[in-house]
Amino acid sequence: MADVVEGAGRGRAGAPISTASAISARGISKSFGDLRALRDVDLDVTHGTVLGLLGPNGAGKTTLVRILTTLLLPDAGTASVAGLDVVADQNRLRERIGLAGQYAAVDENLTGIENLTMVGRLYGSRRATAKARGRELLEQFDLLDAASRPVKTYSGGMRRRLDLAAALVARPPVLFMDEPTTGLDPRSRLDLWDVIETLVSEGTTVLLTTQYLDEADRLADRIAVIDHGSVIAEGTPDELKDRVGGERLEVHLEDAAQAAAAARALGPMSDEQPVLADGLVRIGVKGRSGAIIEAVRLLDAEGVGIDDIALRRPTLDDVFLALTGHAAEDGDQP
Amino acid sequence: MRRLLSDTLVVAERNLIRLPRAPELLLAFTLQPIMFVLLFRYVFGGAIRVPGGSYAEYLIPGIIVQNIAFGGFVTALGLNEDMQKGIIDRFRSLPMARAAVLAGRTLADIVTNGLSMTILVVTGLIIGFSFQTAVLHVVVGIVLALTFGYAFSWVFAFLGLLVKSPEAANSVGFLAVFPLTFISSAFVPGQSLPTPLRQFSDVNPFTIIVNELRWLWTGQPSPDQLWQAFAWVAFILVLFSPLAVQRYRRAAGR
Repeated sequence: MADVVEGAGRGRAGAPISTASAISARGISKSFGDLRALRDVDLDVTHGTVLGLLGPNGAGKTTLVRILTTLLLPDAGTASVAGLDVVADQNRLRERIGLAGQYAAVDENLTGIENLTMVGRLYGSRRATAKARGRELLEQFDLLDAASRPVKTYSGGMRRRLDLAAALVARPPVLFMDEPTTGLDPRSRLDLWDVIETLVSEGTTVLLTTQYLDEADRLADRIAVIDHGSVIAEGTPDELKDRVGGERLEVHLEDAAQAAAAARALGPMSDEQPVLADGLVRIGVKGRSGAIIEAVRLLDAEGVGIDDIALRRPTLDDVFLALTGHAAEDGDQP
Repeated sequence: MRRLLSDTLVVAERNLIRLPRAPELLLAFTLQPIMFVLLFRYVFGGAIRVPGGSYAEYLIPGIIVQNIAFGGFVTALGLNEDMQKGIIDRFRSLPMARAAVLAGRTLADIVTNGLSMTILVVTGLIIGFSFQTAVLHVVVGIVLALTFGYAFSWVFAFLGLLVKSPEAANSVGFLAVFPLTFISSAFVPGQSLPTPLRQFSDVNPFTIIVNELRWLWTGQPSPDQLWQAFAWVAFILVLFSPLAVQRYRRAAGR
Protein backbone atom coordinates (compact mmCIF):
# COMPACT_ATOMS: atom_id res chain seq x y z
CA MET A 1 0.00 0.00 0.00
CA ALA A 2 2.32 2.74 -1.12
CA ASP A 3 0.53 5.88 -0.10
CA VAL A 4 0.38 9.17 -1.77
CA VAL A 5 2.12 11.45 0.66
CA GLU A 6 0.53 14.82 0.80
CA GLY A 7 1.71 17.95 2.44
CA ALA A 8 5.33 17.00 2.97
CA GLY A 9 6.69 19.96 4.85
CA ARG A 10 9.76 21.20 6.53
CA GLY A 11 10.77 20.47 10.05
CA ARG A 12 11.81 22.75 12.82
CA ALA A 13 15.44 23.24 11.87
CA GLY A 14 14.63 23.30 8.19
CA ALA A 15 15.43 19.62 7.82
CA PRO A 16 13.19 18.38 5.04
CA ILE A 17 10.57 15.86 6.06
CA SER A 18 11.17 13.00 3.71
CA THR A 19 8.31 12.10 1.39
CA ALA A 20 9.50 8.49 1.52
CA SER A 21 8.62 8.42 5.21
CA ALA A 22 5.31 7.13 6.49
CA ILE A 23 6.19 8.61 9.86
CA SER A 24 8.40 11.59 10.32
CA ALA A 25 9.17 13.59 13.45
CA ARG A 26 11.41 16.60 13.89
CA GLY A 27 12.41 18.13 17.19
CA ILE A 28 9.53 16.69 19.20
CA SER A 29 9.63 17.71 22.86
CA LYS A 30 7.13 17.13 25.62
CA SER A 31 7.24 17.85 29.35
CA PHE A 32 4.91 16.86 32.15
CA GLY A 33 5.55 19.39 34.88
CA ASP A 34 9.24 19.04 35.67
CA LEU A 35 9.59 15.75 33.88
CA ARG A 36 11.01 16.11 30.39
CA ALA A 37 9.42 13.11 28.77
CA LEU A 38 10.77 13.79 25.28
CA ARG A 39 13.68 15.97 24.26
CA ASP A 40 14.14 17.01 20.66
CA VAL A 41 13.25 13.67 19.09
CA ASP A 42 13.81 13.14 15.36
CA LEU A 43 12.46 10.02 13.75
CA ASP A 44 11.76 8.63 10.29
CA VAL A 45 10.03 5.43 9.30
CA THR A 46 10.10 4.41 5.64
CA HIS A 47 6.89 3.13 4.02
CA GLY A 48 6.32 -0.56 4.50
CA THR A 49 8.96 -1.04 7.15
CA VAL A 50 8.97 -1.66 10.89
CA LEU A 51 10.65 0.69 13.30
CA GLY A 52 11.25 -0.71 16.75
CA LEU A 53 11.28 1.93 19.44
CA LEU A 54 13.33 0.39 22.17
CA GLY A 55 13.77 1.62 25.68
CA PRO A 56 13.11 0.93 29.35
CA ASN A 57 9.91 1.88 31.15
CA GLY A 58 9.60 5.63 31.46
CA ALA A 59 11.99 6.31 28.58
CA GLY A 60 9.33 8.21 26.64
CA LYS A 61 8.21 5.53 24.16
CA THR A 62 4.53 5.73 25.00
CA THR A 63 4.59 9.53 25.05
CA LEU A 64 6.01 9.54 21.53
CA VAL A 65 3.36 7.09 20.32
CA ARG A 66 0.65 9.21 21.93
CA ILE A 67 1.91 12.30 20.14
CA LEU A 68 2.14 10.53 16.77
CA THR A 69 -1.41 9.17 17.16
CA THR A 70 -2.84 12.62 18.10
CA LEU A 71 -3.67 11.63 21.66
CA LEU A 72 -1.25 14.20 22.98
CA LEU A 73 0.02 17.52 21.65
CA PRO A 74 3.76 18.09 21.49
CA ASP A 75 5.22 21.12 23.30
CA ALA A 76 7.61 21.70 20.42
CA GLY A 77 8.49 20.19 17.08
CA THR A 78 6.51 18.85 14.13
CA ALA A 79 5.52 15.40 13.06
CA SER A 80 3.58 13.85 10.24
CA VAL A 81 2.05 10.44 9.74
CA ALA A 82 0.96 9.27 6.28
CA GLY A 83 1.82 12.80 5.16
CA LEU A 84 -0.62 14.40 7.57
CA ASP A 85 0.37 16.74 10.37
CA VAL A 86 -0.27 15.43 13.88
CA VAL A 87 -1.55 18.81 15.06
CA ALA A 88 -3.15 20.46 12.03
CA ASP A 89 -4.65 17.39 10.31
CA GLN A 90 -5.79 15.33 13.28
CA ASN A 91 -9.09 14.12 11.90
CA ARG A 92 -7.83 13.01 8.51
CA LEU A 93 -4.79 11.48 10.18
CA ARG A 94 -6.96 9.37 12.49
CA GLU A 95 -8.59 7.81 9.43
CA ARG A 96 -5.23 6.51 8.31
CA ILE A 97 -3.75 5.03 11.48
CA GLY A 98 -4.42 2.11 13.75
CA LEU A 99 -3.41 2.05 17.38
CA ALA A 100 -2.98 -1.11 19.41
CA GLY A 101 -2.18 -0.21 22.95
CA GLN A 102 -0.30 -1.63 25.84
CA TYR A 103 -3.55 -2.54 27.52
CA ALA A 104 -5.93 -4.41 25.31
CA ALA A 105 -8.39 -1.57 24.77
CA VAL A 106 -11.47 -3.62 24.10
CA ASP A 107 -14.71 -3.61 26.04
CA GLU A 108 -14.82 -6.69 28.25
CA ASN A 109 -18.59 -6.73 28.39
CA LEU A 110 -19.05 -6.67 24.64
CA THR A 111 -18.50 -9.69 22.43
CA GLY A 112 -15.65 -9.82 19.93
CA ILE A 113 -17.90 -8.98 17.01
CA GLU A 114 -19.66 -6.19 18.93
CA ASN A 115 -16.32 -4.57 19.71
CA LEU A 116 -15.19 -4.62 16.10
CA THR A 117 -18.58 -3.49 14.78
CA MET A 118 -18.55 -0.55 17.18
CA VAL A 119 -15.09 0.52 16.05
CA GLY A 120 -16.08 0.17 12.39
CA ARG A 121 -19.15 2.34 12.91
CA LEU A 122 -17.06 4.96 14.68
CA TYR A 123 -14.90 5.03 11.56
CA GLY A 124 -18.11 5.99 9.79
CA SER A 125 -19.16 2.65 8.29
CA ARG A 126 -22.74 1.45 8.22
CA ARG A 127 -23.64 -1.27 10.68
CA ALA A 128 -23.74 -4.07 8.09
CA THR A 129 -20.44 -3.04 6.52
CA ALA A 130 -18.79 -2.75 9.91
CA LYS A 131 -20.08 -6.14 10.93
CA ALA A 132 -18.86 -7.82 7.75
CA ARG A 133 -15.40 -6.30 8.19
CA GLY A 134 -15.46 -7.42 11.83
CA ARG A 135 -16.15 -11.03 10.85
CA GLU A 136 -13.39 -10.89 8.27
CA LEU A 137 -10.91 -9.75 10.92
CA LEU A 138 -12.09 -12.30 13.47
CA GLU A 139 -11.49 -15.00 10.91
CA GLN A 140 -8.06 -13.64 10.07
CA PHE A 141 -7.13 -13.56 13.76
CA ASP A 142 -8.55 -16.99 14.49
CA LEU A 143 -11.24 -15.62 16.78
CA LEU A 144 -14.33 -16.56 14.80
CA ASP A 145 -15.32 -19.28 17.26
CA ALA A 146 -15.29 -16.73 20.06
CA ALA A 147 -17.09 -14.03 18.04
CA SER A 148 -20.26 -14.07 20.14
CA ARG A 149 -18.63 -14.46 23.52
CA PRO A 150 -18.06 -11.49 25.82
CA VAL A 151 -14.40 -10.49 25.78
CA LYS A 152 -14.09 -11.10 29.50
CA THR A 153 -14.06 -14.82 28.71
CA TYR A 154 -11.07 -14.38 26.37
CA SER A 155 -7.48 -15.29 27.26
CA GLY A 156 -4.79 -12.60 27.35
CA GLY A 157 -3.54 -13.59 23.91
CA MET A 158 -7.05 -13.53 22.41
CA ARG A 159 -7.70 -10.07 23.84
CA ARG A 160 -4.48 -8.77 22.38
CA ARG A 161 -5.37 -10.21 18.98
CA LEU A 162 -8.81 -8.60 19.20
CA ASP A 163 -7.22 -5.29 20.15
CA LEU A 164 -4.96 -5.54 17.12
CA ALA A 165 -7.95 -6.48 14.96
CA ALA A 166 -9.74 -3.35 16.22
CA ALA A 167 -6.71 -1.30 15.18
CA LEU A 168 -6.94 -2.79 11.68
CA VAL A 169 -10.66 -2.23 11.07
CA ALA A 170 -10.08 0.63 8.64
CA ARG A 171 -7.11 -1.06 6.93
CA PRO A 172 -4.75 1.69 8.09
CA PRO A 173 -1.54 2.17 6.13
CA VAL A 174 0.30 3.04 9.35
CA LEU A 175 0.01 0.97 12.49
CA PHE A 176 1.23 1.92 15.95
CA MET A 177 1.72 -0.77 18.54
CA ASP A 178 2.63 0.13 22.08
CA GLU A 179 4.29 -2.86 23.71
CA PRO A 180 2.10 -5.33 21.81
CA THR A 181 3.36 -8.45 23.57
CA THR A 182 3.94 -7.22 27.12
CA GLY A 183 2.44 -9.72 29.51
CA LEU A 184 1.75 -12.40 26.88
CA ASP A 185 2.82 -16.01 27.18
CA PRO A 186 5.57 -17.13 24.75
CA ARG A 187 3.15 -18.95 22.47
CA SER A 188 0.85 -15.93 22.06
CA ARG A 189 3.86 -13.75 21.52
CA LEU A 190 5.05 -15.87 18.61
CA ASP A 191 1.54 -15.85 17.13
CA LEU A 192 1.37 -12.07 17.35
CA TRP A 193 4.79 -11.72 15.76
CA ASP A 194 3.55 -13.80 12.81
CA VAL A 195 0.54 -11.53 12.43
CA ILE A 196 2.71 -8.41 12.46
CA GLU A 197 5.08 -9.89 9.89
CA THR A 198 2.15 -10.71 7.60
CA LEU A 199 0.85 -7.16 7.85
CA VAL A 200 4.23 -5.72 6.98
CA SER A 201 4.62 -8.08 4.04
CA GLU A 202 1.34 -6.63 2.77
CA GLY A 203 2.76 -3.11 2.91
CA THR A 204 1.73 -1.75 6.30
CA THR A 205 4.16 0.57 8.01
CA VAL A 206 4.58 -0.30 11.68
CA LEU A 207 5.99 1.58 14.61
CA LEU A 208 6.20 -0.66 17.63
CA THR A 209 7.55 0.07 21.05
CA THR A 210 9.02 -2.69 23.11
CA GLN A 211 11.29 -3.32 25.99
CA TYR A 212 12.10 -6.76 24.64
CA LEU A 213 15.22 -6.84 22.59
CA ASP A 214 14.47 -10.17 20.98
CA GLU A 215 11.19 -8.71 19.74
CA ALA A 216 12.88 -5.70 18.18
CA ASP A 217 15.57 -7.95 16.76
CA ARG A 218 13.04 -10.22 15.11
CA LEU A 219 10.51 -7.68 13.82
CA ALA A 220 12.22 -4.37 13.26
CA ASP A 221 13.94 -3.23 10.07
CA ARG A 222 15.37 -0.36 12.03
CA ILE A 223 15.61 0.34 15.71
CA ALA A 224 15.63 3.63 17.56
CA VAL A 225 16.93 3.37 21.10
CA ILE A 226 15.31 5.85 23.42
CA ASP A 227 16.34 6.65 26.97
CA HIS A 228 15.37 9.54 29.24
CA GLY A 229 13.36 11.08 26.43
CA SER A 230 16.09 11.20 23.82
CA VAL A 231 16.87 8.98 20.85
CA ILE A 232 20.39 7.87 21.66
CA ALA A 233 20.98 5.54 18.73
CA GLU A 234 19.26 4.56 15.49
CA GLY A 235 20.05 1.95 12.89
CA THR A 236 19.43 -1.60 11.72
CA PRO A 237 19.82 -4.28 14.39
CA ASP A 238 23.11 -5.33 12.80
CA GLU A 239 24.44 -1.79 12.72
CA LEU A 240 23.67 -1.38 16.37
CA LYS A 241 25.32 -4.65 17.24
CA ASP A 242 28.39 -3.70 15.23
CA ARG A 243 28.55 -0.48 17.15
CA VAL A 244 29.13 -2.40 20.34
CA GLY A 245 31.71 -4.43 18.48
CA GLY A 246 33.58 -7.53 19.53
CA GLU A 247 32.55 -10.83 20.92
CA ARG A 248 30.97 -11.24 24.30
CA LEU A 249 32.34 -13.67 26.83
CA GLU A 250 29.74 -15.08 29.21
CA VAL A 251 30.76 -16.97 32.32
CA HIS A 252 28.24 -18.69 34.57
CA LEU A 253 29.76 -19.04 38.03
CA GLU A 254 29.37 -21.98 40.36
CA ASP A 255 29.01 -19.59 43.23
CA ALA A 256 27.36 -16.24 42.65
CA ALA A 257 29.26 -14.81 45.62
CA GLN A 258 32.45 -15.02 43.59
CA ALA A 259 31.23 -12.51 40.99
CA ALA A 260 33.51 -9.72 42.18
CA ALA A 261 36.54 -12.02 42.18
CA ALA A 262 35.66 -13.20 38.68
CA ALA A 263 35.31 -9.63 37.42
CA ARG A 264 38.72 -8.79 38.88
CA ALA A 265 40.29 -11.85 37.31
CA LEU A 266 38.90 -11.08 33.85
CA GLY A 267 39.83 -7.40 34.04
CA PRO A 268 42.99 -7.70 31.86
CA MET A 269 41.00 -9.22 28.97
CA SER A 270 38.85 -6.17 28.27
CA ASP A 271 38.72 -2.40 28.31
CA GLU A 272 35.16 -2.45 29.55
CA GLN A 273 33.70 -2.93 32.97
CA PRO A 274 32.28 -6.43 33.20
CA VAL A 275 28.57 -6.78 33.82
CA LEU A 276 27.53 -8.89 36.77
CA ALA A 277 24.09 -10.42 37.09
CA ASP A 278 23.04 -13.26 39.30
CA GLY A 279 26.05 -15.54 38.97
CA LEU A 280 26.65 -14.47 35.37
CA VAL A 281 29.61 -12.39 34.32
CA ARG A 282 29.52 -10.80 30.88
CA ILE A 283 32.40 -8.98 29.28
CA GLY A 284 33.39 -7.73 25.84
CA VAL A 285 36.63 -9.30 24.59
CA LYS A 286 39.00 -8.10 21.89
CA GLY A 287 39.83 -11.26 20.00
CA ARG A 288 38.06 -14.55 19.56
CA SER A 289 40.97 -16.97 19.45
CA GLY A 290 42.23 -18.18 22.76
CA ALA A 291 39.73 -16.08 24.71
CA ILE A 292 38.08 -18.99 26.46
CA ILE A 293 41.36 -20.65 27.41
CA GLU A 294 42.73 -17.39 28.75
CA ALA A 295 39.55 -16.73 30.73
CA VAL A 296 39.59 -20.21 32.25
CA ARG A 297 43.23 -19.79 33.20
CA LEU A 298 42.65 -16.36 34.80
CA LEU A 299 39.57 -17.54 36.70
CA ASP A 300 41.29 -20.70 37.87
CA ALA A 301 44.21 -18.67 39.19
CA GLU A 302 41.74 -16.67 41.31
CA GLY A 303 40.05 -19.87 42.48
CA VAL A 304 36.71 -19.04 40.78
CA GLY A 305 34.58 -22.10 39.94
CA ILE A 306 32.98 -22.13 36.46
CA ASP A 307 29.66 -23.71 35.57
CA ASP A 308 29.64 -22.76 31.92
CA ILE A 309 31.60 -20.45 29.67
CA ALA A 310 30.83 -19.29 26.13
CA LEU A 311 31.59 -16.70 23.46
CA ARG A 312 28.75 -15.17 21.49
CA ARG A 313 27.83 -12.34 19.15
CA PRO A 314 26.60 -9.19 20.91
CA THR A 315 22.82 -9.06 21.40
CA LEU A 316 20.69 -5.99 21.59
CA ASP A 317 20.97 -6.36 25.36
CA ASP A 318 24.63 -5.60 25.04
CA VAL A 319 23.84 -2.73 22.72
CA PHE A 320 21.44 -1.28 25.18
CA LEU A 321 23.81 -1.65 28.04
CA ALA A 322 26.69 -0.11 26.14
CA LEU A 323 24.54 2.84 25.06
CA THR A 324 22.68 3.59 28.26
CA GLY A 325 24.81 2.18 31.02
CA HIS A 326 21.88 0.15 32.32
CA ALA A 327 20.00 -2.92 31.21
CA ALA A 328 16.89 -2.58 29.07
CA GLU A 329 14.48 -4.27 31.39
CA ASP A 330 15.26 -2.44 34.58
CA GLY A 331 14.31 1.12 33.79
CA ASP A 332 14.55 3.65 36.56
CA GLN A 333 10.92 4.70 36.24
CA PRO A 334 8.60 1.77 36.65
CA MET B 1 -23.35 17.40 13.36
CA ARG B 2 -24.82 14.28 11.76
CA ARG B 3 -21.58 12.57 12.61
CA LEU B 4 -21.89 13.65 16.23
CA LEU B 5 -25.39 12.23 16.38
CA SER B 6 -24.53 8.87 14.85
CA ASP B 7 -21.33 8.49 16.93
CA THR B 8 -23.28 9.40 20.07
CA LEU B 9 -25.80 6.69 19.28
CA VAL B 10 -23.03 4.12 18.72
CA VAL B 11 -21.46 4.96 22.09
CA ALA B 12 -24.84 4.95 23.83
CA GLU B 13 -25.64 1.58 22.32
CA ARG B 14 -22.33 0.21 23.53
CA ASN B 15 -23.08 1.35 27.06
CA LEU B 16 -26.52 -0.19 26.94
CA ILE B 17 -25.63 -3.59 25.51
CA ARG B 18 -22.94 -4.08 28.11
CA LEU B 19 -25.35 -3.39 30.95
CA PRO B 20 -27.16 -6.74 31.14
CA ARG B 21 -23.75 -8.44 31.07
CA ALA B 22 -22.56 -6.73 34.23
CA PRO B 23 -24.92 -8.35 36.76
CA GLU B 24 -23.80 -6.09 39.61
CA LEU B 25 -24.87 -3.04 37.64
CA LEU B 26 -28.15 -4.56 36.64
CA LEU B 27 -28.90 -5.37 40.27
CA ALA B 28 -28.15 -1.78 41.21
CA PHE B 29 -30.79 -0.70 38.71
CA THR B 30 -33.49 -3.18 39.55
CA LEU B 31 -33.44 -4.85 42.94
CA GLN B 32 -31.80 -2.09 44.95
CA PRO B 33 -34.50 0.54 44.34
CA ILE B 34 -37.20 -2.02 45.12
CA MET B 35 -35.45 -2.81 48.40
CA PHE B 36 -35.32 0.86 49.25
CA VAL B 37 -39.02 1.28 48.58
CA LEU B 38 -39.92 -1.68 50.77
CA LEU B 39 -37.53 -0.52 53.48
CA PHE B 40 -39.00 2.95 53.69
CA ARG B 41 -42.58 1.96 53.20
CA TYR B 42 -42.69 -0.88 55.72
CA VAL B 43 -39.74 -0.36 58.12
CA PHE B 44 -39.43 3.40 58.58
CA GLY B 45 -42.72 4.50 57.01
CA GLY B 46 -44.89 3.71 60.00
CA ALA B 47 -42.94 6.17 62.13
CA ILE B 48 -42.91 8.99 59.58
CA ARG B 49 -45.78 11.46 59.51
CA VAL B 50 -46.43 13.27 56.28
CA PRO B 51 -48.92 16.00 55.42
CA GLY B 52 -51.77 15.09 53.08
CA GLY B 53 -51.95 11.61 51.58
CA SER B 54 -50.35 8.30 52.46
CA TYR B 55 -46.62 7.69 52.98
CA ALA B 56 -46.50 5.58 49.81
CA GLU B 57 -47.64 8.62 47.84
CA TYR B 58 -45.12 10.78 49.64
CA LEU B 59 -42.29 8.31 49.22
CA ILE B 60 -42.37 7.33 45.54
CA PRO B 61 -41.50 10.74 44.01
CA GLY B 62 -38.72 11.16 46.59
CA ILE B 63 -37.20 7.76 46.03
CA ILE B 64 -37.38 8.17 42.25
CA VAL B 65 -35.43 11.41 42.40
CA GLN B 66 -32.88 9.87 44.75
CA ASN B 67 -32.52 6.81 42.59
CA ILE B 68 -32.11 8.83 39.44
CA ALA B 69 -29.41 10.94 41.07
CA PHE B 70 -27.56 7.78 41.98
CA GLY B 71 -28.08 6.45 38.46
CA GLY B 72 -25.25 8.68 37.27
CA PHE B 73 -22.86 6.46 39.18
CA VAL B 74 -22.73 4.17 36.19
CA THR B 75 -21.36 7.06 34.20
CA ALA B 76 -18.73 7.93 36.81
CA LEU B 77 -17.61 4.34 37.19
CA GLY B 78 -17.82 3.58 33.49
CA LEU B 79 -15.84 6.61 32.35
CA ASN B 80 -13.23 6.03 35.01
CA GLU B 81 -12.88 2.41 33.97
CA ASP B 82 -12.68 3.39 30.29
CA MET B 83 -9.84 5.77 31.11
CA GLN B 84 -7.93 3.14 33.07
CA LYS B 85 -8.39 0.46 30.46
CA GLY B 86 -7.37 2.56 27.49
CA ILE B 87 -10.80 2.53 25.84
CA ILE B 88 -10.87 6.32 25.87
CA ASP B 89 -7.52 6.24 24.05
CA ARG B 90 -9.00 3.96 21.45
CA PHE B 91 -11.97 6.33 20.97
CA ARG B 92 -9.66 9.30 20.69
CA SER B 93 -7.52 7.58 18.07
CA LEU B 94 -10.62 7.12 15.88
CA PRO B 95 -11.93 9.75 13.46
CA MET B 96 -15.12 10.11 15.49
CA ALA B 97 -16.82 13.17 16.93
CA ARG B 98 -15.01 14.02 20.15
CA ALA B 99 -18.07 14.99 22.11
CA ALA B 100 -19.75 11.67 21.34
CA VAL B 101 -17.98 9.79 24.14
CA LEU B 102 -19.59 11.88 26.88
CA ALA B 103 -22.80 12.53 25.00
CA GLY B 104 -23.30 8.81 24.33
CA ARG B 105 -22.57 7.91 27.89
CA THR B 106 -25.05 10.37 29.36
CA LEU B 107 -27.64 9.49 26.73
CA ALA B 108 -27.43 5.84 27.82
CA ASP B 109 -28.11 7.03 31.37
CA ILE B 110 -31.47 8.44 30.29
CA VAL B 111 -32.47 4.97 29.15
CA THR B 112 -31.28 3.28 32.35
CA ASN B 113 -32.91 5.98 34.47
CA GLY B 114 -36.13 5.45 32.55
CA LEU B 115 -35.86 1.75 33.28
CA SER B 116 -35.33 2.16 37.01
CA MET B 117 -38.08 4.80 37.16
CA THR B 118 -40.48 2.34 35.56
CA ILE B 119 -39.53 -0.34 38.07
CA LEU B 120 -40.06 2.09 40.95
CA VAL B 121 -43.42 3.30 39.68
CA VAL B 122 -44.64 -0.27 39.25
CA THR B 123 -43.40 -1.18 42.74
CA GLY B 124 -45.08 1.97 44.02
CA LEU B 125 -48.39 1.11 42.41
CA ILE B 126 -48.27 -2.27 44.14
CA ILE B 127 -47.63 -0.79 47.59
CA GLY B 128 -50.29 1.88 47.40
CA PHE B 129 -48.96 4.74 45.29
CA SER B 130 -51.24 6.23 42.66
CA PHE B 131 -51.14 9.16 40.27
CA GLN B 132 -53.69 11.78 41.38
CA THR B 133 -53.28 14.29 38.58
CA ALA B 134 -53.96 14.84 34.90
CA VAL B 135 -51.90 13.01 32.27
CA LEU B 136 -50.14 16.19 31.24
CA HIS B 137 -48.89 16.74 34.79
CA VAL B 138 -47.70 13.16 35.01
CA VAL B 139 -45.81 13.53 31.73
CA VAL B 140 -44.21 16.82 32.80
CA GLY B 141 -43.15 15.02 35.98
CA ILE B 142 -41.50 12.25 33.98
CA VAL B 143 -39.71 14.85 31.87
CA LEU B 144 -38.57 16.68 35.00
CA ALA B 145 -37.20 13.51 36.58
CA LEU B 146 -35.40 12.40 33.44
CA THR B 147 -33.88 15.80 32.64
CA PHE B 148 -32.76 16.11 36.25
CA GLY B 149 -31.15 12.68 35.94
CA TYR B 150 -29.51 13.75 32.69
CA ALA B 151 -28.07 16.87 34.31
CA PHE B 152 -26.82 14.78 37.21
CA SER B 153 -25.11 12.39 34.80
CA TRP B 154 -22.84 15.28 33.83
CA VAL B 155 -21.99 15.83 37.48
CA PHE B 156 -21.00 12.20 37.67
CA ALA B 157 -19.16 12.34 34.35
CA PHE B 158 -17.08 15.16 35.79
CA LEU B 159 -16.52 13.19 38.98
CA GLY B 160 -15.54 10.02 37.12
CA LEU B 161 -12.95 11.92 35.10
CA LEU B 162 -11.65 13.75 38.16
CA VAL B 163 -10.71 10.87 40.42
CA LYS B 164 -8.01 8.27 40.01
CA SER B 165 -9.94 5.03 40.46
CA PRO B 166 -13.48 3.64 40.24
CA GLU B 167 -13.33 3.04 44.01
CA ALA B 168 -12.60 6.72 44.59
CA ALA B 169 -15.45 7.69 42.26
CA ASN B 170 -17.69 5.44 44.30
CA SER B 171 -16.82 6.89 47.70
CA VAL B 172 -16.67 10.53 46.66
CA GLY B 173 -19.97 10.22 44.81
CA PHE B 174 -21.59 8.48 47.71
CA LEU B 175 -20.37 11.06 50.22
CA ALA B 176 -21.76 13.85 48.07
CA VAL B 177 -25.08 12.34 47.04
CA PHE B 178 -26.04 10.64 50.27
CA PRO B 179 -26.49 13.78 52.43
CA LEU B 180 -27.98 15.70 49.50
CA THR B 181 -30.73 13.17 49.04
CA PHE B 182 -31.40 12.38 52.69
CA ILE B 183 -31.34 15.93 54.02
CA SER B 184 -34.15 16.87 51.69
CA SER B 185 -37.87 16.35 51.53
CA ALA B 186 -37.38 13.04 49.69
CA PHE B 187 -38.16 10.81 52.68
CA VAL B 188 -39.30 13.03 55.54
CA PRO B 189 -41.02 16.45 55.62
CA GLY B 190 -38.64 19.34 56.22
CA GLN B 191 -40.64 20.48 59.26
CA SER B 192 -39.55 17.38 61.18
CA LEU B 193 -35.86 18.25 60.87
CA PRO B 194 -33.75 20.22 63.40
CA THR B 195 -33.42 23.87 62.35
CA PRO B 196 -29.96 23.82 60.64
CA LEU B 197 -30.86 20.72 58.67
CA ARG B 198 -34.25 22.17 57.80
CA GLN B 199 -32.60 25.30 56.47
CA PHE B 200 -30.31 23.14 54.34
CA SER B 201 -33.22 21.00 53.21
CA ASP B 202 -35.27 24.04 52.20
CA VAL B 203 -32.65 25.28 49.73
CA ASN B 204 -31.46 21.84 48.63
CA PRO B 205 -32.24 21.40 44.93
CA PHE B 206 -33.31 17.84 45.69
CA THR B 207 -36.07 19.18 47.91
CA ILE B 208 -37.29 21.48 45.17
CA ILE B 209 -37.23 18.77 42.50
CA VAL B 210 -38.96 16.27 44.81
CA ASN B 211 -41.62 18.80 45.90
CA GLU B 212 -42.40 19.62 42.30
CA LEU B 213 -42.53 15.99 41.25
CA ARG B 214 -44.83 15.25 44.19
CA TRP B 215 -47.06 18.13 43.13
CA LEU B 216 -47.08 17.00 39.50
CA TRP B 217 -47.94 13.39 40.35
CA THR B 218 -50.02 13.50 43.53
CA GLY B 219 -51.23 17.10 43.65
CA GLN B 220 -49.69 17.78 47.08
CA PRO B 221 -49.13 21.56 47.36
CA SER B 222 -45.49 22.54 47.07
CA PRO B 223 -43.80 25.59 48.61
CA ASP B 224 -41.69 25.89 45.45
CA GLN B 225 -42.39 26.67 41.81
CA LEU B 226 -42.06 24.41 38.81
CA TRP B 227 -39.77 26.88 37.04
CA GLN B 228 -37.38 26.69 39.99
CA ALA B 229 -37.05 22.96 39.50
CA PHE B 230 -36.30 23.31 35.79
CA ALA B 231 -33.97 26.23 36.55
CA TRP B 232 -31.95 23.92 38.81
CA VAL B 233 -31.81 21.30 36.07
CA ALA B 234 -30.56 23.90 33.61
CA PHE B 235 -28.09 25.31 36.13
CA ILE B 236 -26.54 21.92 36.90
CA LEU B 237 -26.34 21.12 33.20
CA VAL B 238 -24.79 24.43 32.25
CA LEU B 239 -22.29 24.25 35.10
CA PHE B 240 -21.19 20.65 34.86
CA SER B 241 -21.28 19.76 31.17
CA PRO B 242 -18.48 22.22 30.26
CA LEU B 243 -16.55 21.12 33.35
CA ALA B 244 -16.85 17.49 32.33
CA VAL B 245 -15.87 18.23 28.72
CA GLN B 246 -12.86 20.25 29.86
CA ARG B 247 -11.87 17.52 32.29
CA TYR B 248 -12.27 14.93 29.53
CA ARG B 249 -9.91 16.85 27.27
CA ARG B 250 -7.33 17.25 30.01
CA ALA B 251 -7.58 13.79 31.49
CA ALA B 252 -7.50 12.11 28.12
CA GLY B 253 -4.56 14.18 26.94
CA ARG B 254 -2.20 13.06 29.68
